[in-house]
Amino acid sequence: MAIIEASDTEVSTAGGPPAAGNDHGGHDHGGHGGGALLTNTKLAMWLFLASDCLFFGAFISAYLLYRGRSQKGGPTPRELFNIPFTSATSFILLMSSLAMVLALAAVQRGDLRRFRLWLVATAIFGATFVGGQIYEFTHFYREGLRLGSNLFGSTFFVLTGFHGAHVCVGIIWLLSLWGMSMQGRLGQADSEKVEIAGLYWHFVDIVWIVIFTVIYLMPQPGK
Amino acid sequence: MTNRSRRKRLAVVASGLVGLAFVVAGCGPANGQNSLLPKGTQAKEINNLIVPIFGVAIVVAILVGVATVYCAVRFRARPGINDRPRQVHGNPPLEIAWTLIPAVILAVIAVPTVSLIFKLNEAPKPNALEVTAVGKQWWWQFDYKDQGVKTVVVADEFHVPVGRQVHMTLTGCDPSLGTTPPTGDCNVIHSFWVPELNGKRDVIPGHLNTTTFTADKPGTYLGQCAEYCGLSHANMRFRVIAQSESDFQAWLAGQHEGPAITIEQAGEGGKLFAQKYACTNCHAAEDSSVSSYGPNLTHLASRSTFASGYYKLTRANLVDWIYNAPSMIPMESKDCRLPVGQGICVGMPSFSQNTPAGQPTMTRAEAETIADYLLQLK
Amino acid sequence: MTTVENAVAVSEPSAGLLRRPRANRGFLSWLTTVDHKKIGILYGCTALIFLVLGGVEALLIRLQLFQPNGTVLTAGQYNQMFTMHGTTMVFLVGMPIAVGFGNYFIPLMIGARDVAFPRINMFGYWVVLFGGLFLYSSFFLGGAPNGGWFGYTPLTSAPLASGFLPGRGPDFWAIGLILLGIGSTTSAINFIVTVINMRCPGMSLMRMPVFVWMMLVVAFLTVFALPVVTVALIMVWFDRNTGTLFFAPAAGGDPLLYQHLFWIFGHPEVYILILPGMGIVSETLPVFSRKPLFGYSIVVFSGIAIGFLGWGVWAHHMFATGLGPVAISAFGLATMLIAIPTGVKIFNWLGTVYKGSVKLTSSMMFSLGFIVLFTLGGVSGVTHSIVPADTQQTDTYYVVAHFHYVLFGGLLFALFAGFYYWYPKIFGRMLNETLGKINFWTLFIGMNLTFFPMHFLGLWGQPRRTYRYDAGLGWDTLNKLITVGSFIIAISVLVFVVNAIVSKTRGAIAGNDPWDGRTLEWSIPSPPPEYNFAEIPEVNSRDDFWYRKYTEDEEGRLVPLPSGGAEAEAQAAHDGHGIHLPAPSYYPLVMALGLPILGYAAVFHSVWVAIIGAIVLLFGMYAWAIEPAD
Repeated sequence: MAIIEASDTEVSTAGGPPAAGNDHGGHDHGGHGGGALLTNTKLAMWLFLASDCLFFGAFISAYLLYRGRSQKGGPTPRELFNIPFTSATSFILLMSSLAMVLALAAVQRGDLRRFRLWLVATAIFGATFVGGQIYEFTHFYREGLRLGSNLFGSTFFVLTGFHGAHVCVGIIWLLSLWGMSMQGRLGQADSEKVEIAGLYWHFVDIVWIVIFTVIYLMPQPGK
Repeated sequence: MTNRSRRKRLAVVASGLVGLAFVVAGCGPANGQNSLLPKGTQAKEINNLIVPIFGVAIVVAILVGVATVYCAVRFRARPGINDRPRQVHGNPPLEIAWTLIPAVILAVIAVPTVSLIFKLNEAPKPNALEVTAVGKQWWWQFDYKDQGVKTVVVADEFHVPVGRQVHMTLTGCDPSLGTTPPTGDCNVIHSFWVPELNGKRDVIPGHLNTTTFTADKPGTYLGQCAEYCGLSHANMRFRVIAQSESDFQAWLAGQHEGPAITIEQAGEGGKLFAQKYACTNCHAAEDSSVSSYGPNLTHLASRSTFASGYYKLTRANLVDWIYNAPSMIPMESKDCRLPVGQGICVGMPSFSQNTPAGQPTMTRAEAETIADYLLQLK
Repeated sequence: MTTVENAVAVSEPSAGLLRRPRANRGFLSWLTTVDHKKIGILYGCTALIFLVLGGVEALLIRLQLFQPNGTVLTAGQYNQMFTMHGTTMVFLVGMPIAVGFGNYFIPLMIGARDVAFPRINMFGYWVVLFGGLFLYSSFFLGGAPNGGWFGYTPLTSAPLASGFLPGRGPDFWAIGLILLGIGSTTSAINFIVTVINMRCPGMSLMRMPVFVWMMLVVAFLTVFALPVVTVALIMVWFDRNTGTLFFAPAAGGDPLLYQHLFWIFGHPEVYILILPGMGIVSETLPVFSRKPLFGYSIVVFSGIAIGFLGWGVWAHHMFATGLGPVAISAFGLATMLIAIPTGVKIFNWLGTVYKGSVKLTSSMMFSLGFIVLFTLGGVSGVTHSIVPADTQQTDTYYVVAHFHYVLFGGLLFALFAGFYYWYPKIFGRMLNETLGKINFWTLFIGMNLTFFPMHFLGLWGQPRRTYRYDAGLGWDTLNKLITVGSFIIAISVLVFVVNAIVSKTRGAIAGNDPWDGRTLEWSIPSPPPEYNFAEIPEVNSRDDFWYRKYTEDEEGRLVPLPSGGAEAEAQAAHDGHGIHLPAPSYYPLVMALGLPILGYAAVFHSVWVAIIGAIVLLFGMYAWAIEPAD
């Protein structure tokens, strides 16, 4: 294991949720050791994402376990899914990750205008994805799929619902960063905050790739 | 003799006494559900495996205890004498040894363990008696089938032949549990446990678990639900009554027959039972193959226990039960006299208290009349 | 507290909604502090209060079981008691107290001034406190949880209308545990970042105290295990309140899915509970034997091994569920395997005491008691791994005996060892040793009198979670003995509480290093100044503080060094001038307040309450994010 040579001579003041922060006035923040591999906030975000992996993993496992085991009748995936539509919204979500990468690159080189542009683009793409989810949910609902219709209804709505909630949290986060930047409180020196938001956003995107594959693309068990 | 050897003698004697205490106390009372006094093949095999292991476990625990006390006393700080102990950081060969030795002991124990696991999970013998146990809140129903068709349904106690394997199928979903949403015909998890015959096996709604046992001797073996299942989990009892093959067949034949008296023949008791208090909504009393929400009463009087298998079947108990069951076994049954689907109904309601509007309240005399009818159902 | 703390500079706030609070003394300071030491004390006191509450629940249980057909509690009340007793002891005592000790001592032991995220640290505490209050409010709001601390489905997941379990208890239980999980996970992330990034110069991972190592492993276990049970609880709440079918057998749902998810959390959880205790005795035994820990590396690696292997044994809680011989053989063997690193540590601890210079302080007595009692619990655990025998033992008083030996005789004894060891550092006063010895012996006797007979009762057929039993089964005498034992335990805890309260003002002054300790916390004053270390230490070895006081001769025997005390005096002389610490904050409290409000909304299906909770949460979060650094 790496031996950490030095660490703070002052305690890290980078408290608070990684969402945003203000100017900490010259203090060490993000708490770095001289040779630390990851800053405090970045390490914390990775750990949070690890726990969120297990969160989604448990729901995805339940979904996989229950595929094809519904006994109550009710609408089935085959009847409801519109793969082309969901592929399109998934693509948009993927593009939002690209926009996020561009936003981070912009703020890291100090181009705040482009940064804000790409940030808003990320949020818009994310919101479009959420809009697509809402459309899909209402469509399924009108076709008769409820939480309690069958196992598919229960597992599908809860899993994709929590994912959608994660995306919404991300959108709010991104817009908050945008607002702070507009107020002049987020500059090149704070690019790590953007990086951390980016980590979260990419994670949510990757989880969707897994969900999309497992729920939509994997061949349905024969019925 | 020296202090040290005297202390050693003392230690040996003390350990011996402790061991003896375990052996004497260990086996415990012959209470009908003592797993250390097994009466069935499977329970005996389990006991044979675990008792020596208990011995090893006790020895290890005693050794560690003695070593701890020894170290604490022998190396007590004595100022000026031992306040500069040698700063030993470890001893790799010793540490390897005391890692490997427990590993070897465990490996040795693992072999008969896995072997017994597979033995106990073997397919049932071809001539095994098939009985289905249905776990309900809070009593056990036992179904005997003939070529897949339910022929005899009893509650709280069931008979088996001595020396023949019994293959239990355990189910938590049964039409007799009702079909109302949200739970449909399924109940909660229970666990089927007759300690003197075999270890426990859970009843999991949606699964069909199975277990086997073979009673070696005639007798009554006590069982109890062993998975927390709500309010009256503690009261959910049952019995296994092992008899010779011929006695068992005679009992089963008797259970096959129709009721000793029909409801119509029962006169006033029958009228109260079927009409005034609508007991037939939940209890079958004229056909021993029907699986009803409440226990099938067709041969109630042939049983020694009732009411979750918790109470002895006496006239006094039966009257009290009919009159005000929830006072004897706590149940969520206040709304059971409302139409199906209204309110919460688990178990048997009181007929003398909390009577819903428009329904009759039972008198003690009526309870006695009904009891007298039921007690004829041998 | 010395006046030195007031010398800490706090600059004027520049932006944000409210000025940051400035107090570091007084009641308000306890609500707004971000000092890990104050937070540690808050966790400890809160956990002790819940220990008493959980203990009262146990006493009520034992009063009911004193006689075969007791009438002290009704069936419904009893079921609430055992559910709340287990839930309290696991989630409101065992976990918070370890976090309390960790909070106080991890920074001190690694030479840091605080944890990585002081405000998140405080937030985690408030969430735990509010989660506990939320759970206990259920007693007054429709009935406390009554589905067992483990809450098997479909008993807990079936909607209220099914009648399987009366009252709102399971909803409070599911939501309450989700809240507590949030608190635990945030603390765990904080600890990991602190240990990985904030060790002082020279403190490599293999030079850290074992307590810090164990807390690191525990934090990783927490981060990975808690999300799984959170999912299980979310599924239970959804099934109960929205009609989903996760555990509805009639629709194809599987109650066993819940058990798998719960125990995938539940088994690492028991290691989350015990490893801090193992860490504590790995500190006290060397100090009170005046010898280093025997086999430090093995003890550390065993802890890590237990952390990994603990993920592979979960189904040993499910041996009676009919998983099939292959699966249960695999889990049985894995369970035997995990006994090895656990047992090895016992030998290492004994090797530490062997040929040492043993000072039988109260802390040491509890540490030695831990070794004996945890071993007993460990061997009964091995008997559980003998799967066919487990089908006789599980769900009876035998398993109750097993886990109380490891958690009470193990964890709680280790925690008491930690209290007596560290109380002088925290409060600057020694706990009374006479009362300490009384505390130990009453607890030892009470504990064994209570839990040893349970092995027999279980084997003789008494199942657990039963509010009454029949006379004439031969269980009466032992049940009476057990009840008597439980009251002896109560007396012991009372003795401790009295000792703790009285010693705070009347105990002997402790000084920096009353025990001649080995680790860095003993190099600073008691209680420590707010900034901990006047200068961040630089360490050259494991137990660096010890080696500033002692060296070894050719035989390996201790030789005191003359310069030992100089360092400590230098620390004390420093007035803390120029050290900057994070300022207190209101917002961890405000943001945490949003969570129980959301919890009530979930239990009572109130959209308005949910909106209020969300507003409080978001307001707290934003205000926190934009408040000035200090």
